[in-house]
Formats: sequence, structure tokens, C-alpha cells
Amino acid sequence: MFKVLGDAGEQLVIELDGAEVMVPAGVSVAAALLYLDRIPTRHSVVNGLPRAPFCMMGVCFECLIEVNGVVDQRACQIQVHAGMRLRRQLTTTAESHL
Amino acid sequence: MKSSYQLLVIGAGPAGMAVAQTAARHGVEVAVIDEQAQPGGQIYRNVNASPLADIDLLGKDYVFGRQLVQGFEHAHIDYFANSGVWYLDRSGELGIVRDGVHHRVKAQRIVIACGAQERPMPFPGWDKAGVMTAGAGQILMKSAAMVPSEAPLLAGSGPLLLLLAWQYLRAGVTLRAIVDTAQSANRWSALRHFPQAIAASDYLFKGLKLVTAIRRARVPWFRGAHDLRAAGGERLTGLHFTCRGKPQHIETSLLLLHQGVIPSLQVAAAAGCESRWNALQQCWQPQVDDWGQSSVESIFIAGDAAGIGGARAAWLGGQLAGLQLAHQLGQIESTLRDSLAQPIRRARARHLAIRPFLDTWYRVADASLVPRDEALACRCEEVSAGEIRALAAMGCTGPNQAKAFTRCGMGPCQGRFCGSTVEQIFAQETAADPQQIGRFNTRPPLTPVTLGQLASVSH
Repeated sequence: MFKVLGDAGEQLVIELDGAEVMVPAGVSVAAALLYLDRIPTRHSVVNGLPRAPFCMMGVCFECLIEVNGVVDQRACQIQVHAGMRLRRQLTTTAESHL
Repeated sequence: MKSSYQLLVIGAGPAGMAVAQTAARHGVEVAVIDEQAQPGGQIYRNVNASPLADIDLLGKDYVFGRQLVQGFEHAHIDYFANSGVWYLDRSGELGIVRDGVHHRVKAQRIVIACGAQERPMPFPGWDKAGVMTAGAGQILMKSAAMVPSEAPLLAGSGPLLLLLAWQYLRAGVTLRAIVDTAQSANRWSALRHFPQAIAASDYLFKGLKLVTAIRRARVPWFRGAHDLRAAGGERLTGLHFTCRGKPQHIETSLLLLHQGVIPSLQVAAAAGCESRWNALQQCWQPQVDDWGQSSVESIFIAGDAAGIGGARAAWLGGQLAGLQLAHQLGQIESTLRDSLAQPIRRARARHLAIRPFLDTWYRVADASLVPRDEALACRCEEVSAGEIRALAAMGCTGPNQAKAFTRCGMGPCQGRFCGSTVEQIFAQETAADPQQIGRFNTRPPLTPVTLGQLASVSH
């Protein structure tokens, strides 16, 4: 969905949904997901609607994702690190809603 | 981070950097906290640490930010990146989470310089995966050197939409089209502000430059578009809209939206700062005096967070706040404050001279502020515009009672992306002034904070 302008630059390996993938270093998790074209990044807890990063500045909370086992992290506010484990919050049913 | 400061500034955009630098120059002990990894705010994001090979791509107004950030980095300021405020009160106490650790800090004065956010642009399907804001497109360029890999569709109105189109064209990105929702009738009413706008003619020339370049690139430009509907299932597939009475459909996997920006009010509102409805800019803004002091004595608000004026006005407004703070904190006499402020006020007035013209030209149509029934007003809790309308018809007293009935505004974004839509629906349905309708109440936590972080409080 998005590509890096010019040289690809330094890349690093992270884990996404259990598989290893290469992403550019120094970018946010949300940018990495858009680079990998892995949207939707979650299904909403209310009606299971597909969602993806929207504002990229920490306001909309659409890009929530599981990072290293902790759910509901704002992907746009976290930088990628080598070995980071990401899991998209893809569920089609609303199991719980606090 | 120390447990107390004379002055604590929230936000390291142009306004926050200017407040901090000005106050520090006059001997005030200043800390600045900011959510981003680099100073500059969204407007000058990564300007001194750009992943782009050539930052001139983004235009000279962006490159201008370099000197501001350099000055800030060399000043005597305690600067904390990756830090967010989740709590603050009128006594000057703050709760700050920095790199996962919670800090309680006390400040004699607080400056809120949180900038602006995109105005919501709700229509059916605006929540689909593949619909993003124009600001998001810019942030991806500034912070990750990323551009769309397929031709994107741009929709809405406002200077940022044209700037993004221009920047994408310079980066070699083909644009599918611009679906322009600006109302042509606005131009006539904007004309009466033209003489004043000439004082800030550089803005007019910049606008002309953008429009000329976009025309030269022969980007399809659908003017007077309305009735937008995004199509798709798991992902966006295209946009339906009406233009000159004819139904149109454009296929795209990426749609970037913009219809202006509004002040980020969350922090100021939670602190109890009073705000008022700005009818021209169609948004709420905090009440501040000539120096930026809010209705709460200990709190100043600077830059776009106090009312939309753009980056340069924010930088100058931040300097004014810095001078008054240095005075109130006992560092400078009022005579020095006033003589230093005079040229800054003049320069700021020149930058603000363009606003009435721009705000009138790009005034958002009522139908674009308040969507059709089936569109989501609240994306987080998936409450439709129709549900809010039905509540208003039933006699629901306003946004805060609507929360109790529908949970609108109670999801993760805490009303940041539905507040203005919900208020507008109530205003239109009850034919009331937005000032009387009021806003969602805002309460801490302002950013997510875990119980573990709270328990590990560091002084």
C-alpha cells in the first residue's frame, strides 16, 4: 500500500502473525504494516468491522495491535524493533466488550 | 525527570518549542514533554532527522522548521521525548508516562501546546480499511519516507489537501483524482476578506503555486463533489460521489481525506479550561487572553491548540506566552516584556491576516460536517449519525446524555474523532447554537496508562 522512496535503506526482521517479515528500520509499527500491505490490522470489538491505521498521530486509536503479547497498543506511536512480535487483532466476532 | 519545575510545556511543536525557548532564555526552569521521538510537532516532524534523501521535496515551509528545531535543541531545556500526559489539574500537578514509567510532576505554570487534529470527515464507509487522513499521508512521508505504491484518491477540501497533492506529485506519485468538496459559493463571500489577505500575500502565492502544479499534472479534479460513499468489504475498493448532478465512481485502494484541522482540546478541557465556539472556523477553541493564559490561572495554551492559525503564528504566539510566563515567574519586568512583545505581535498579526480569507474560502458545508444517517459518527463505538439524530428527536439533552444512551464518545479515542460531529448533529437537529449544545466532558486518563505503570510511580 505504501513504499519507501529511493533506496530501501536498512531493514530489520520482526514477527507478524507468527511469521518473520522484513520491514524498514526506524519507522512506526503502523508504517511497517502499511508497507507490508497487511490491512485490515484489526476487526472492531463492537461489530467486527475491518479497520486499519487512519490518523498516524495517536488521535484516532484505529491502529490498535498486539505488541509483544500486550493488546491494544497504538501502532502509530511505537517504533519497530528487531525481533518484535506483532499480532493483528483479527476476530470476526465481538467476544467481549468492556 | 524532576518532581517539580517552574514551567512544564506539553508538546514540542512550533508553539511549545517557542514557549520553552523564550522562557528559558529569561531564566525560567523549563521542562518540555512530547509524545513523538523528535521535536518539531506534526508540522515539522522529523525535520532534523529526516529519512528522506531530499527534504526539499516537502517544500520550503517544512525546511524552515530546521532552524526552529535546532534552536530548541541548543536551548537550556529539560526535553523529554516519548512522553504523554494522562492527568493534570489546576493546581499544576501532572501525571506523565515516559517510556512506560509513570512520573508525578508539579509545575507552577503549565503550557498546553498540543496543536491540532484533523477535523472529522464522516460519510458512509469512512471507517473502511484503506481510508486515511491527508495528515497521515504527510506523516508517512516525513517520518518514514513512504508514499503510496498505487495512485491514491484525495477527497475533501483545504490547503493541506492541495499541499499533499503537490508533495506527492514532486515525489513522483500519480494521483487518481481530487474529489473536491469545497463549495464554490464560498469564493464570493471570501472576496471581502481579500484586501486583508494581501498583507499575507506569500500564503496566496503558495496556494496559487500548488493549484498551478496540480493542474499542469492534469490530475482529474472533481469540483463541487458531494454525497461521498466509500465502497468495499475487508478493504476499500473505491469511492462513490455525486458531481454536477451526475453519479461518479472511482476505484481506489487508498483514499486520503481532509476538511481542515481543529484545535486538540482534550488536555485543556480535562484541566477545566473554558472554551467557546468559533463560528468562522467551525470548531471549539479555548478562551485565552492576549498572552495565551486560559481561564485557569496556572495554565496557558499556545499555538493551534488555542485556535487554528498555522505554524508560523503558533511559533510567534508561543514566544508571547513565553514572555508573559517569564514575567509571571518573576524573571522579567513588564516593561521589558512589552517591548519584546511588540514586534512579535506585529509579525503574528501579519500571519493571521490570511485566516479570515482561508477560513471563509474553505468553510465546510453543513452536509459535510453532519453525515447521512447510515454513516458512523463515532467510529470506536460504531454509533451512526442516524442514532444520534433519533436521540435528538426524542429530546435527549445533548452530547453527554447521548453518551449514556449509546456509548458514543466512550471508546478508545475518547471522543476525539466524534465529538464535533455529535455536537453538530445536535445543533442542526435542535436548531441551536453549538455554544448552547456544549461539548463532551473530558476526563483523565488522557492517554492509555496501565495499573502497573501507576503502581510503579516514580517521583
